Amino acid sequence: MMRRDPLLIVDGLRVTFDTPRGPVVAVRDVNFVLGREKLGIVGESGSGKSQTGRALLGLLARNGRVAARRLSFDGVDLLRAGEAERRALRGGRIAMILQDPKYSLNPVMTVGEQIVEAFRVHANVSRREARLRALAMLEAVHIREPGYVFDAWPHELSGGMGQRVMIAMMMVPEPDLLIADEPTSALDVTVRLQVLALLDDMLARRGAALIFISHDLNLVGSFCDRVLVMYAGRVVETLRANELRSARHPYTRGLLACQPRVDGDGSDLPTLERDPAWLR
Amino acid sequence: MPEARTGSQLDRNRSTLLAQAPRRVAGTALSLALTFAGLTAVTFVIARVMPADPVLAIVGDRAHQDVYDAVYRELGLDQPIFMQYLRYLGQLFEGDLGVSIMTAQPVLDDLLRFFPATLELATVATLLGVLGGVPLGVLAAVRQGQWVDHLIRVIGLFGYSVPVFWLGMLALFVLYAKLGWVAGPGRIDIFFDGMVEPVTGLILVDSALAREWEIFRNALGHLVLPAGILGIHALAYLARMTRHFMLEQMGQEYILTARVKGVPEGGVIWRHAFRNVLVQLITIVGLTYASLLEGSVLTETVFAWPGIGQYITNSLFNNDMNAVLGGTIVVGVCFVGINMGSDLLYRLVDPRAR
Repeated sequence: MMRRDPLLIVDGLRVTFDTPRGPVVAVRDVNFVLGREKLGIVGESGSGKSQTGRALLGLLARNGRVAARRLSFDGVDLLRAGEAERRALRGGRIAMILQDPKYSLNPVMTVGEQIVEAFRVHANVSRREARLRALAMLEAVHIREPGYVFDAWPHELSGGMGQRVMIAMMMVPEPDLLIADEPTSALDVTVRLQVLALLDDMLARRGAALIFISHDLNLVGSFCDRVLVMYAGRVVETLRANELRSARHPYTRGLLACQPRVDGDGSDLPTLERDPAWLR
Repeated sequence: MPEARTGSQLDRNRSTLLAQAPRRVAGTALSLALTFAGLTAVTFVIARVMPADPVLAIVGDRAHQDVYDAVYRELGLDQPIFMQYLRYLGQLFEGDLGVSIMTAQPVLDDLLRFFPATLELATVATLLGVLGGVPLGVLAAVRQGQWVDHLIRVIGLFGYSVPVFWLGMLALFVLYAKLGWVAGPGRIDIFFDGMVEPVTGLILVDSALAREWEIFRNALGHLVLPAGILGIHALAYLARMTRHFMLEQMGQEYILTARVKGVPEGGVIWRHAFRNVLVQLITIVGLTYASLLEGSVLTETVFAWPGIGQYITNSLFNNDMNAVLGGTIVVGVCFVGINMGSDLLYRLVDPRAR
């Protein structure tokens, strides 16, 4: 069932990092409203797309600061929430999948231990029960022999399996919002689609919203309902995914034009042009 | 299906790991034997090519030529050096390390007396260093840039750069001579000397076994200062290394994952980051312990501690080559043993090293 209130309201989000050479603004005046939908955020490195995601979780680097006119998740004011309240939201209601399971899984804890931990942080369940539910979760992400993977160490997994484990772990507390930060960039192209299909399936089953952060405009366009295009910390254009081809902003058009095409004429790809005037 | 294949692959990996166990033990034994052979060979050759005359050291410079020649032959010095080495190895396996010129006793007996003193000192100092330095290092990393961090870093710098002999003298002067809070130099008051049966040679352990608590307290009073001073040194080093490792781990992606899951900060620090730091710390702690077991000549001298550092140094000054060789072998065995120990621990803690 759809709720009438939007799940997430971001109004005037600004992320600043204090550096020895003065403050650096990574995200400026980002606004969007998210329902139970799949929203893509696209941009090049340093455009602020990852920091936007991390600001929502309250997990910026130590020197980062968040400011906004309004930042609310399902009625909870994220700007006013204390650390305990935010931690309860994290993992419980908002989860995040990171890029590369090689680095995002703890190398000295077994897969099972890490999934069980995700259960036990929020729910008061016995070890035995947590184990059973973790095994069920591994099965849900199409891992054929959950028992083996449960006892495996992260370095024994392939990239695709690692990312399935990551999805299982993050979907464990049944979050309402999943932020996926380049979830398929470290994977082989063949595995990519499997993982995306799995992600789609899990989200649909749970009715959860997704923020999909990526540099790949076409991937995001085919997977999401709506796309925000970020450049230098700002949202320069918001599009419905099926209207990508009719994008008006020169940066979005540039991003689309610099993708190679199989049916292209084989000439040099255009270089992405940037205009300082966009920032005004 | 790729998943099914990977599952049985894991299974296969584990069974090969088990099958390799005997081979791995054999490999370790072989490398141990080679290390030991190398260690003894190098020390033996160095001892023999030193421009010191072991015969002269025994018979004195006024002995008759016949006596000199007889001792020369008796020591086997007329043989090629390779034969001498084999002869030494043969004696070594029978537990005969020769006789010390300095103490006129079998070197083995000397070592059994001197080494436990160092072992006791080094063990307590390492424990102090680990129990103090590791938590301080973690604390400094977690509170990076705050005053606690700065304070711990100053302590670290002080403990690491202050000369041990100066700190030792100062501590003796204030805490022993002026305030009388601790006992003075030596391992134990002369009054108690030799009153407990040496089982391990470690006075603390022996007196505790014999339930002689007065002796235990006395020995502890003697141990506190030298162990404390070596301990501060170890603490400073370990705190610095722990802080560094910890900061490195706290910046890793899996820490972000744990926080996303909503793990409380204490869990993030100890269950996630510290378990990875532990992997790195094992090596550092092992090396610290090994270098302390080598005997710290300065500390042993300041506190008149009859340890192996003093023993080897004095033997060296007296051209007492049997004693030097014996002492070096003990130190070498310690190093090899600790290395093996930390290797084992390492495999236990880090699944990637198995």
